Amino acid sequence: MSRRKTERLLNLVICLLATRRPLSAEQIRQAVPGYDRDGDEAFQRMFERDKNELREIGIPIDVVRDPWEDEPGYRIERQSYELPEITLEADEAAVLGLAAQVWQRASLAEAASGALLKLRAGGVATDETIGAGALELRLDTRDPAFPALWDAVRDRRLVRFDYRGAGSENVRSRTVEPWGVVSRRGRWYLAGFDRGRDAPRAFRLSRITGQVVTIGRPGSIEVPPGVDLRAMVGFPEEPVEERMAVIRVRQGACEGLRQLSRVVRPGSDGWDEAELGFTDPERLAGWMASLGADVEVVDPPDAREAVIRRLKGALA
Amino acid sequence: MSGSADRLPRLLALVPYLMSHPGAQLGEVAEVFGLSEKQLIDDLQLVWMCGLPGHTPGDLIDVSWDGGEILIDNADTIARPLRLGIDEASALLVALRMLGAMPELAEVPGDALPRVVAKLERAAGEGAAAVSSQFAVDVDATPDALLRVREGLTRRRRLSLRYYVPGRDEVTPREVDPMRLVVVDGRTYLECWCYRAEAMRLFRLDRMLGVDVLDVAADPPAEAEPIDVAQGVFRPSPTDELVELEVTAAGRWVAEYYPCEEVTELGEGRLRVALRARDEDWLLKLALRLGDTGRVVSPPALADRVREEAERALSRYAHRS
Repeated sequence: MSRRKTERLLNLVICLLATRRPLSAEQIRQAVPGYDRDGDEAFQRMFERDKNELREIGIPIDVVRDPWEDEPGYRIERQSYELPEITLEADEAAVLGLAAQVWQRASLAEAASGALLKLRAGGVATDETIGAGALELRLDTRDPAFPALWDAVRDRRLVRFDYRGAGSENVRSRTVEPWGVVSRRGRWYLAGFDRGRDAPRAFRLSRITGQVVTIGRPGSIEVPPGVDLRAMVGFPEEPVEERMAVIRVRQGACEGLRQLSRVVRPGSDGWDEAELGFTDPERLAGWMASLGADVEVVDPPDAREAVIRRLKGALA
Repeated sequence: MSGSADRLPRLLALVPYLMSHPGAQLGEVAEVFGLSEKQLIDDLQLVWMCGLPGHTPGDLIDVSWDGGEILIDNADTIARPLRLGIDEASALLVALRMLGAMPELAEVPGDALPRVVAKLERAAGEGAAAVSSQFAVDVDATPDALLRVREGLTRRRRLSLRYYVPGRDEVTPREVDPMRLVVVDGRTYLECWCYRAEAMRLFRLDRMLGVDVLDVAADPPAEAEPIDVAQGVFRPSPTDELVELEVTAAGRWVAEYYPCEEVTELGEGRLRVALRARDEDWLLKLALRLGDTGRVVSPPALADRVREEAERALSRYAHRS
């Protein structure tokens, strides 16, 4: 934005805030420096663009249509423009300072620091030094789909994106009514209503490939009252019965496995025998395969087979 | 906020800031707004050219910065900042609600949290409260280690840890001087000076198998500087060896789990990933874990090691399958 334009826009804001009566475009043209030199058509285009830019940064411009006038009038109502009076106690300021440093990536980090700046400009004492204290909180939104989904959830618009199911070779297009976005264990999920499947679903943002396309008008999505976003992305908490594996462990190796085992019985042939609780044989097999020739899963057979399969896979 | 597109919003905050902080120093204001003093003076000069219609000297905003002390006058029309936008208010509200979800960690005094949320919701435009409730952050259940780690932090005591490293299947004893807690993406870490590594380290609380508070005052050396977690918790060193793997659709989790230098789609869900790793043993374990869902492309020597280790392991199974 050129200096001249910034100047013109600032003068426009002041002019529209100061006026008691709505001003017509022509009156604004006379009052605000920077418009006067241009021809009618150029002025109209310029004024349209300027209004849009002001709206984009959140300045509410009222358009007043008076039945007695041909042209609409414009003004900014002070009440809807100004930050209401707000004061924070010291403990509140400390909490706000901590919250303001949470976001790590461009869009939301800028939004948070912009908010803080406005509050400080309004005379609120905020405490940003607290982040250097005993606690630091960070949230990363590295998934490329995050900003588009934030906008879609905010504007209540339908989204469409390509999505790869867990471990799947196929990418399918999904059309989803976005209800919310949830971070769980370092991953972001979209929770919403999958139109294709006609059911509520959760989607991991990292598996969205390509662009998120927004469809329809703002406000066209209704979030059902009382929907529990956290529960939608939670894994089923039904208790899975723990099983016991018997594992031979080379002496002097696999300290971590030994620590996490229920029992370790010392052997005499250079190998000990450990009993380890597990629920999913594939997960256990991944871990045991990673330990290579330092372990041998003796029992149960399905876990033993799963380890052999992995090792053969690593040979290929 | 130093880009030119942000200039108007900045000026609309700068003027009220100067009104509410009469006599503020150039240097101090520049820091608040993330500007150099030169940029700030340029902003002041611009503001000084603006004002009410008519633009006679009496209409213009009056700014002076004699001796570095900024005084502003005749700017009553824009004396208050613009109200918070939906994104601005929501970004803060989502973060505040996250703090509310982790009372043991954040130790927010009294009822400050609900009070500040209520004030912010009031100050924000309509809709921000609704939007922010559509974003949620789940924080891990409080790890058992927290109580003693906290004690070490508040009493400034050295801690003795038994720390589990799954990637290497190691449990190592470590003595550390605790510095602070860091919560990244819902996981809690202790940032500390580690005497074993002789460096600053981040240890995940849920991987501490044991924590003892020692009767020794924490006394980290002068070079113990906070770790910059802005770029993530794991930051491989550029001198670490670069390794290329190819994974199938079932092995794509690798690219989500570890920071990769490069990820290339190969079709049918397969990926080629390039990542840096501190030690080869960790890579060997990763490749064995992947089984047929991934293979090492380079360096070839590592690929050979994977095959050799898999063969040795399989020979154990062969003798009594």
